[in-house]
Amino acid sequence: MNNKIKRYIPQILTLLFVIGLLGFFTFNAQVNMDNRGIDFGFGFLNQESSFDVQFSLIEYSGSHSYARAYLVGLLNTLLVSFISIIFCTILGVIIGVSRLSSNFLIRNSAAWYVEFFRNIPLLLQIFFWYYAALRALPLPEKAAPWFGVTYMTIKGYYIPSFIWNNFDIFLYSILAVIISIFFISSYAKKLRETSGKQIPLFFISLGLLIVLPAISFLIGGVSLDFEIPVLKKLSLTSYTYEGGIGLPPELIALVLALSLYTSTFIAECVRAGIQGVSKGQKEAAASVGLTSNQILKLVIMPQALRIIIPPTTNQYLNLTKNSSLAAAIAYPDLVLVFAGTALMQTGKAIEIVSITMLTYLSISLAIAALMNWYNKKIEIKEK
Amino acid sequence: MFNVIRKLTSFAAMVAVLFVFTTETMAAKKSKTLKNTQKKGFVRCGVSQGLPGFSNADASGNWTGIDVDVCRAVAAAVLGDANKVKFTPLSAKERFTALTSGEIDILSRNTTWTLSRDADIGLTFVGVNFYDGQGFMVRKSSGITSTSQFKNGISACTNIGTTTELNMRDFFNSRGISYEPVAFEKADEVVAAYDAGRCDTYTTDKSGLAAQRTKMKNPDEHIVLPETISKEPLGPVVRQGDAVWEDIVRWSLNTMIEAEEYGITSSNADSMKTSDNPQIKRLVGAEGEMGAAFGLDNDWNLRIIKQVGNYGESYKRNIADTGILPDRGPNQLWTKGGILYVPPAR
Repeated sequence: MNNKIKRYIPQILTLLFVIGLLGFFTFNAQVNMDNRGIDFGFGFLNQESSFDVQFSLIEYSGSHSYARAYLVGLLNTLLVSFISIIFCTILGVIIGVSRLSSNFLIRNSAAWYVEFFRNIPLLLQIFFWYYAALRALPLPEKAAPWFGVTYMTIKGYYIPSFIWNNFDIFLYSILAVIISIFFISSYAKKLRETSGKQIPLFFISLGLLIVLPAISFLIGGVSLDFEIPVLKKLSLTSYTYEGGIGLPPELIALVLALSLYTSTFIAECVRAGIQGVSKGQKEAAASVGLTSNQILKLVIMPQALRIIIPPTTNQYLNLTKNSSLAAAIAYPDLVLVFAGTALMQTGKAIEIVSITMLTYLSISLAIAALMNWYNKKIEIKEK
Repeated sequence: MFNVIRKLTSFAAMVAVLFVFTTETMAAKKSKTLKNTQKKGFVRCGVSQGLPGFSNADASGNWTGIDVDVCRAVAAAVLGDANKVKFTPLSAKERFTALTSGEIDILSRNTTWTLSRDADIGLTFVGVNFYDGQGFMVRKSSGITSTSQFKNGISACTNIGTTTELNMRDFFNSRGISYEPVAFEKADEVVAAYDAGRCDTYTTDKSGLAAQRTKMKNPDEHIVLPETISKEPLGPVVRQGDAVWEDIVRWSLNTMIEAEEYGITSSNADSMKTSDNPQIKRLVGAEGEMGAAFGLDNDWNLRIIKQVGNYGESYKRNIADTGILPDRGPNQLWTKGGILYVPPAR
């Protein structure tokens, strides 16, 4: 009993201290805001925002509310983080594996890449891509088409947009591919375990992925049109593109900087993961007659992933938080739209900054939860 | 009887002394900002990050501009030296927070006076030192000479967190033109983006356009379109809740404008003390007790005029002579066809 109390006293004291500190901050903020005649409240979220945003994934204009502007910023943050996470993962894995290559040139260029991009501050890299690289692009009327139909200009990258007919049928065909691959792979596993026979699963899947959607095009009535960007004259000397999709240079610069920077850290995680699997594993696998592909896929990777995933999660979190540097180059992310323009127009600094902080916290926790779930799934199942 | 009279007069004198004493100190007591400023020995003033003519620092860190002069006037009034100002450059986004959080005591940063800013966020606008309006700048070679030639898909560069962003939307919306707003935090970034061709037009207050044009690679390649799409009365701002400080800043500005009206300049201010016009004498501290209500001495306004000059001198020095806006337009005295009209200092 006595011991129990002794153990709890420091914890209770700490808790009281934390509550007291929070209470003091709240009280202090309230008193000071009262003194300065500032109201506290979230009512402004329903007001009309009356400012426009350059780039939005959902329908938005100034006649929508501040809450909607918040959503626009949030989605833009998620978009740039999502694209960058995909790119930096692909790039990171390639570079990481290259660092272990037996080829001198590949191994060393990968090492140089990592050292170069890892050691320059991210903000500088963003500035480089935006102010130096993308500003050097041609004006719209002088841009030569890439792949015939896309235009890289100082105002952005203009690409054709897809216009689907009977998109739902195409979607069903993809769904059918996924379901059949699932069944075939579980059948293949069973076959391997019972009779030791192997079927070329990869080629069957690939074939399905081509054939079924192709059928949907041929007899399902699915068709795909492109809306190609066309040059439009705004005045005697200024032009833009109309139609298609225009990716703003701010987005491109941010994705480039974030993916290149974060990929170096992921490459190091991948290298550490692969090197963390003991050599004996590889030799043992070779001695039972597995091919080198099989060794990588069945022996090395499953063990390496367990080492790679936790530090990679950190990198994904860093990337998402780093995306807030977008404000430096006018990409309308959460910080620029909500903690920037909306804060300025309403003056609700405490409310908006706390909402923004909570949002980043939630995004980070969500990513961490997802990665932890995946980590749990691939860790050693001890029986 | 004599005794009574003597007692009464001494009592009256005591009351008078007490009264003078209390009015002198009451003002200082009521104004925490004034007290702190006098204790620190400098006025804390928020300015822009560099807008020629309004607030701009030269290579050695000397600030000049008509917004800067408002802060200098206050320093001359309350501290006796127009140079005792600490300038804090602020972005459009930071400016109000810097003021409400107490980092600065005057915000004199080409800030538009609007209802929501005045009423909502703990700020008080004390006056207008420049009547402005929003306009557009385009490249001369584009052949555009009027905003009516704007077409769908035009991209417009501007600053975030300004009334500009809101006016721009009202303007394009009311004309049914679709546009791409590209909003940067710093004015320099906006100018660089426009100059590089990222945007087809650059929009902000016309004075700002004129000032920024001087910073471009080749100023002659750009023109400011004639249309003015909004009212932008720019003026100094103080925190809400310090009425005395608010009055000091307001009347420091008013003194400069009224001094011009009565022809008092930095060079002739001393000789104006013997003027026949009581209004002029009040403005140079030779008549009345114009400083007492603020807790200041009687020469506060004379110091402003002598050290900073009147509004006309400030305008000429900062805006006309630098070639930004030689024509004063609406920023001319009401007696000369402009709209500068301040309440009388009496």
